[in-house]
Amino acid sequence: MRHIISILLENEPGALSRVVGLFSQRNFNIETLNVAPTEDPSLSRLTVTTVGDDRVIEQITKHLNKLIDVVKLVDLTEGNHIERELMLVKVKALGAARDEVKRTADIFRAQIVDVTPSVYTVQITGDAGKLDAFIQAMAPIGILEVARTGVSGIARGDKLLTL
Amino acid sequence: MELLSGADMIARFLKDEGVERIYGYPGGAALHIYDALFRQDSVQHILVRHEQAATHAADGYARASGKPGVVLVTSGPGATNAVTGIATAYMDSIPMVVLCGQVASHLIGEDAFQETDIVGVTRPVVKHSFSIRHPSEIPEVLKKAFYLASTGRPGPVVVDIPKDMTAPTERYEYVYPKKVKIRSYNPVTRGHSGQIKKAVDMMLKARRPVFYTGGGIVTGRASEALTDLVQRLGFPITTTLMGIGGYPQGDRQSLGWLGMHGSYEANMAMHHADLIVAIGARFDDRVTNNTSKFCPTAKIVHVDIDPSSISKTVRADVPIVGAAGSVINEMISLVQDREPANPEALGEWWKSIDGWRAERKGRLYEPSKPGEALKPQEVIEAVYRATRGEAFVTTDVGQHQMFAAQYYKFAKPNRFITSGGLGTMGFGFPAAMGVKLSYPQDDVVCFTGEGSFQMMMQELSTCKQFDVGVKIVNLNNQSLGMVRQWQDLNYKSRHAHSYMESLPDFAKLIEAYGFTAIKVTTHEELAPALERAFADTNELVFLDIYVDPFEHVYPMQVPLGSMRDMLLSKTERT
Repeated sequence: MRHIISILLENEPGALSRVVGLFSQRNFNIETLNVAPTEDPSLSRLTVTTVGDDRVIEQITKHLNKLIDVVKLVDLTEGNHIERELMLVKVKALGAARDEVKRTADIFRAQIVDVTPSVYTVQITGDAGKLDAFIQAMAPIGILEVARTGVSGIARGDKLLTL
Repeated sequence: MELLSGADMIARFLKDEGVERIYGYPGGAALHIYDALFRQDSVQHILVRHEQAATHAADGYARASGKPGVVLVTSGPGATNAVTGIATAYMDSIPMVVLCGQVASHLIGEDAFQETDIVGVTRPVVKHSFSIRHPSEIPEVLKKAFYLASTGRPGPVVVDIPKDMTAPTERYEYVYPKKVKIRSYNPVTRGHSGQIKKAVDMMLKARRPVFYTGGGIVTGRASEALTDLVQRLGFPITTTLMGIGGYPQGDRQSLGWLGMHGSYEANMAMHHADLIVAIGARFDDRVTNNTSKFCPTAKIVHVDIDPSSISKTVRADVPIVGAAGSVINEMISLVQDREPANPEALGEWWKSIDGWRAERKGRLYEPSKPGEALKPQEVIEAVYRATRGEAFVTTDVGQHQMFAAQYYKFAKPNRFITSGGLGTMGFGFPAAMGVKLSYPQDDVVCFTGEGSFQMMMQELSTCKQFDVGVKIVNLNNQSLGMVRQWQDLNYKSRHAHSYMESLPDFAKLIEAYGFTAIKVTTHEELAPALERAFADTNELVFLDIYVDPFEHVYPMQVPLGSMRDMLLSKTERT
């Protein structure tokens, strides 16, 4: 099963490599990885999506918790949560395809953020499933390039991942 | 307020931390630190002949004393040479602090002379690592390093120190930090009381219980409490290789150690048990054999200080995260005034165990006949008698290691010092050095083989310089015995590179360093050689003992089998 694990990490040199190294060292799988500073300059928030059965996920969270640079973590998929990812897609936009791209983007509530006579750059936000669906819809028209941020997430309601 | 250079801070910190001795080897990036060591006399520096030996010596000291071993090496090759020793300590959860010189900050990343990203290289084999970014950080970072290395589940910590951090011209305030706090690191101490109660209820109801305890008992200093608990309950106990000495091996309740080359009765008891109480052990593959066939009828209580060890390979029915000593003491208080609910079943259980013991009694190996080569097992037993079972014993890796663990019986913890997890050949001799320097009154015996010894024999020079009187017992079978055994069993005796051609004349080699060496090839020579070797505790003596090159280690678990599937000799199996 797919899990989304969010981690508060010490904002220290080398901290990220410890997390990433752990996954390869222990033969765990990383599907997406997203990391950025938080409102607290001493902490980064890292979100990783991974796939594994309960035993593997238990080992992943235990080993992550053992890392000295990991301050706190949560498996978001254990409760209600919001999952978002941002994607930028360059598509061929020539002739009739120009309208088709625009229409499809509208259906997905995506925005066209850059335009040339032959190319549209589309920005879309959503969960990973929505982004995959958009790629599928655009594929016949001609995708030139895709840039995804990797999944970020947060728990719904009052639940917090803070110190 | 005292102003010190980074290098002087390091020397002063080691003194304030109570470190008496460090092991190391100088080089460019560490020279400021070496100069600071030269100008003080609180901390003794032992100059090894290879950085790997520094880590093993510090490791040996740590295993014997329970305190962190300290290593100082230079950047680049100095640090990379230490990696095997760091990994050895990591696999066996041994507290160690490794100070590595590094090229000056402004050169980092430029492929400078003797530059290695040692924090990166060691990342998978350390508990944690630090890079010093400002000299004023040194006291706090070192305190954190010692704190991390020696608390919770212990392990090695690397501190990378760029040369400019130790420059003699840059001085900063030094205060010894008595305490440090790391917000993300709060090692557990007490176990969950509800879980402990549940475990004790299961223990009292058990019909065929076994204690299975590991290195956590030794590092957690819990062997007295464990002995108390086990004797109150009257249950059998088996230890891992790392847990040897955690419970007195001479006691009737001790089944010896378990696993690949464990005792017949220990492996049989595990397989047939209905309750396994695992404390400070990690169900590794050398213990469990095939996990899908592991102990089919047993419920499992697993106590460990490291949550990631629990249910890693074998699912625990009652997981308890906590320090061994504290959990055992809580168990004792719950067991008090209560009796096992099934005394008859326990009686039956002991009958089965005594039956297994009787099956193998007197048949563990075939002693040599007059005129035949000595058996390695006989040599271990003779050394056991010669030292009254009281020596510190270190080993290298291979057949001699297994024989030492099988035939030297340990009554106390911290006495059997071996590379269990990583299986590092070359470990034994420098580890013995580290033990002997701190326990000069005791006999320190290194069981080795001619393969392992040649990996670290340059340390004879260190022993010469610092007058280290270890006893080296070389079980010379003129081959890489364990490799050869596997080739006999799995490769139709095709001995690919497991023979030792062109062995040196060890006696001459040892004598070149000014030490005594005794070559033993017959039964008659063994007793007088041992008497001579142990006459003076402080004299280094090397015994080159020729043993039967065709001997195998048994029992040996059958690959992919259960605990009870064992080869018992070259012709018998369960």
